[in-house]
Amino acid sequence: MKVNGVDHPAPSDTRRLLSDHLRHDLGLTGTHVGCEHGVCGCCTVLLDGAPVRSCLMLAVQAEGHEVTTIESLARDDEPLHPVQQAFHECHGLQCGFCTPGFVMSVVGLLAQHPHPTAEQIEEGIAGNLCRCTGYASIRRAVGRAVELTR
Amino acid sequence: MTTRWFGAPVQRMEDDRLLRGHGRYTDDFDEGALECCFVRSPYAHARITSIDATAAREVPGVIAVYTAADLPFGDVDLPLLIPHPNLTHGRTQRCLASEVVRYAGEAVAFVVAESRAQAEDAAELVAVEYEPLPVVITPEAGARAEHLVHDDVPGNVAAELVQEVGDVTGALKGAPHRKRMTFRYERGAAAPMEGRAVWARWDDREHKLLVYDSTQSPTSIRGGLAVLFDMKESDVEVIAPDVGGAFGPKIMLFYPDELLVPFAAMRLGRPVKWTEDRQEHFTAVNQERGQVHEVDCGFDDDGRLLALDDDFIHDGGAYTPYGIILPIITAAQVPGPYRIPNYRVRFRDIYTNATPTSPYRGAGRPHACFVMERTLDAIASELSLDRDEVRRRNFIQPDQFPYVLGVVWQDGNTVVYDSGDYPRLFERALEMLGPRPEGENVGRGIAVYVEGTGVGPYEGAHVQVLVSGKVVAATGIPSQGQAHRTVWAQIVADELGVDVEDVEVTSGDTRRFRWGVGTFASRSAVTAGNAMHVAASMVAGKAKLIAADHLEAAPEDLELVDGHVRVKGSPDRAIPLAAVAVLSNPVRYAFGGGTEAATQFAAKSRPGPPLQDGEQPGLEATGYYSPPGSTWASGCHAAYVRVDPKTFRLEILKYVVVHDCGRVINPLVLQGQIEGGVAQGIGGAFYERLAYDADGQLRNASFMEFLIPYATEIPPIEIDHFETPSPLNPLGVKGAGEAGVIPVGAVLAAAMEEAIGVPITEMPQSPLKLFELSRQK
Repeated sequence: MKVNGVDHPAPSDTRRLLSDHLRHDLGLTGTHVGCEHGVCGCCTVLLDGAPVRSCLMLAVQAEGHEVTTIESLARDDEPLHPVQQAFHECHGLQCGFCTPGFVMSVVGLLAQHPHPTAEQIEEGIAGNLCRCTGYASIRRAVGRAVELTR
Repeated sequence: MTTRWFGAPVQRMEDDRLLRGHGRYTDDFDEGALECCFVRSPYAHARITSIDATAAREVPGVIAVYTAADLPFGDVDLPLLIPHPNLTHGRTQRCLASEVVRYAGEAVAFVVAESRAQAEDAAELVAVEYEPLPVVITPEAGARAEHLVHDDVPGNVAAELVQEVGDVTGALKGAPHRKRMTFRYERGAAAPMEGRAVWARWDDREHKLLVYDSTQSPTSIRGGLAVLFDMKESDVEVIAPDVGGAFGPKIMLFYPDELLVPFAAMRLGRPVKWTEDRQEHFTAVNQERGQVHEVDCGFDDDGRLLALDDDFIHDGGAYTPYGIILPIITAAQVPGPYRIPNYRVRFRDIYTNATPTSPYRGAGRPHACFVMERTLDAIASELSLDRDEVRRRNFIQPDQFPYVLGVVWQDGNTVVYDSGDYPRLFERALEMLGPRPEGENVGRGIAVYVEGTGVGPYEGAHVQVLVSGKVVAATGIPSQGQAHRTVWAQIVADELGVDVEDVEVTSGDTRRFRWGVGTFASRSAVTAGNAMHVAASMVAGKAKLIAADHLEAAPEDLELVDGHVRVKGSPDRAIPLAAVAVLSNPVRYAFGGGTEAATQFAAKSRPGPPLQDGEQPGLEATGYYSPPGSTWASGCHAAYVRVDPKTFRLEILKYVVVHDCGRVINPLVLQGQIEGGVAQGIGGAFYERLAYDADGQLRNASFMEFLIPYATEIPPIEIDHFETPSPLNPLGVKGAGEAGVIPVGAVLAAAMEEAIGVPITEMPQSPLKLFELSRQK
């Protein structure tokens, strides 16, 4: 499987979740685990460009696919990705635990709908839980990300 | 003092790493750590007849299985954190139960293995035999005491406290009108997105213990570990790294893992990590809010309260590690912003076979606000008066501060409101709420609350200017998303006349600051914020003294501006703060960074020894702030809702907040706190319910069934602020962390009551409950 553009062998442990594989085998701890039953969305990554819950997949199921995680959006020496920048500007995060999942969901949303309607924005973020912000600032961040992406 | 940063909408300084995925939460620490899994009681109440871990110990990869018998502290009761004379029957659990379990989820054994999967497999093989005992699950059942949670606690009553101001019996007798009501609030769960986790490493050569813990109080954890393991505190370091939300339950200590993980690391000589899963979070982590209030009130023809008698029971859960702080807060917060000339409150803290309780955001206040506001709505209804008018007639007026309530507060003092303007909050909220939306099944709710914030005993801070001119600051209490790094940098930057970006704050790391209490009770801005201010002021004073010699000017003629100490009115007579930091430390050996200016053969600006009596090297200071009493923030929320008459779906048409927390440090951070609080309040009022069955089993211990709102359930929230500064602290600030959540239940209950036309006296509600209520019409 390809993770953030780099080829990796599949884990030998076939019952390894993709989320655990990313975090504990590849050291990509930016992908978080909040519920392990596919509700909170903290573990959202892109699979071939579309947002998926990495806790609901076995790592071996990602064989032959391309996985993108939060760490790949901007290199350390690069400015933040427009979606990351928008979350910063709009105070779209507090504790930061759900944030990588939200950012990946929004990256996926904007790839599919570069100019999303209000309904598409609502739909795009409605699969991720945030316990800190009350979502208002996240909605603002998506709007700002659209502007920054133009 | 300039006010360039204080009050400015400074964007958060903690964001960059978190956004890049470089945050470090406890489960992100690894270093080859062994992993753990608990064996927890499936019964809410049972006698343990045997525990056999033999098979589990033989599972490949298993390193150790601990039961109470295997622990040197296995027969020690965990600490009762906040003793109180009225807590006559306080009980705490043991790290691992060996005789009786009193809630489903209580820890019985602890498995350590090479991998989490191995630990979980082995945990299933720990054979525990139980003899089930009768279960007491609701606070009412606890109070009836047909069965006892603890054999030696009569009536299941852990504590009872009665307080009275005035003559309630007399006033009730003489009152023209009288009304009795029952109000019920159920338990809720904080449910932070990151559960709890602990990682520990024992360094056998240095004999030092290092612990990462997703706690709200690393200094207390450190103190407790040092006592338990008979170590010097300086040999134990506890760090709360990035913490993925907390909202109260992470102030509870010690959860069993907080002792077992360090213990295992010391025993086994390898790093050990335990990360909670979501299901166990639902039963093993403290909850709160279960209370039943019996209210008797007397009032006159105009709806003015003459007396209020509130007798309530508090669902304490199976143990009382956190003492009786929650019912004490409720008892103190029921009157809220209203004058009640005669007030009596009695509470009993009742044991039940459910997870223990300790503060969850709001901590005793949402229920208190619900009781008071529902009572006022009922009085209005009884007298056919306008709900707003009844409130106006009962408000404490702005000229009545300081206002002495006369009941005890959670810091041991008597409640005294320091400042506020409740009528102004109320009228502004009404103005923002505007006219009632068109259509049927629409209801309107409004609630006003006060919140005691900034409770003591103290916090401290260390501030230092480095020879580079950069500033480092540290305090003992951690952040779980409240932007401590940003807001404290603002406070320090103002005092030192530097750019906020040049201040780097560390919080919640005992290696950087050893003393402190914790992040809870909306107290950080008041306690640690003012400590930052005190420490930074001391550094500024020291900088002026050193620069005065150098600039040949009196210290009082100097100011700190733009990274320099300069003579007021003569900006060209200045010395960079970095150079002052160099001069503050007389050296023999120049080590770069301009330190040659402080060597022994450099030009001296004054005679005598380099450090004179009472002087200390370094441009640094440690300062503390200990509040004389709590600061009382306040607010008013109002809403219009529509309830679908067929599906009983709740639609919040408009929600407004007017909020007063004294001087605002950072409006962006404050807005986030309020918006997030209201969202939690909405969840707790209509979506989230802990569904315990009669056997004490939590039937919905997952996010599939315990419904935390998504964005789709949370409406836009309109917020306005005004400031009545607190006279109690130098910065004039009050706390804001819990404010958003407090009145939401009261507001939505009032609005739903209007919308469907039946009285609402319980929280939480749900479509099903509204349907059932409306059928009783």
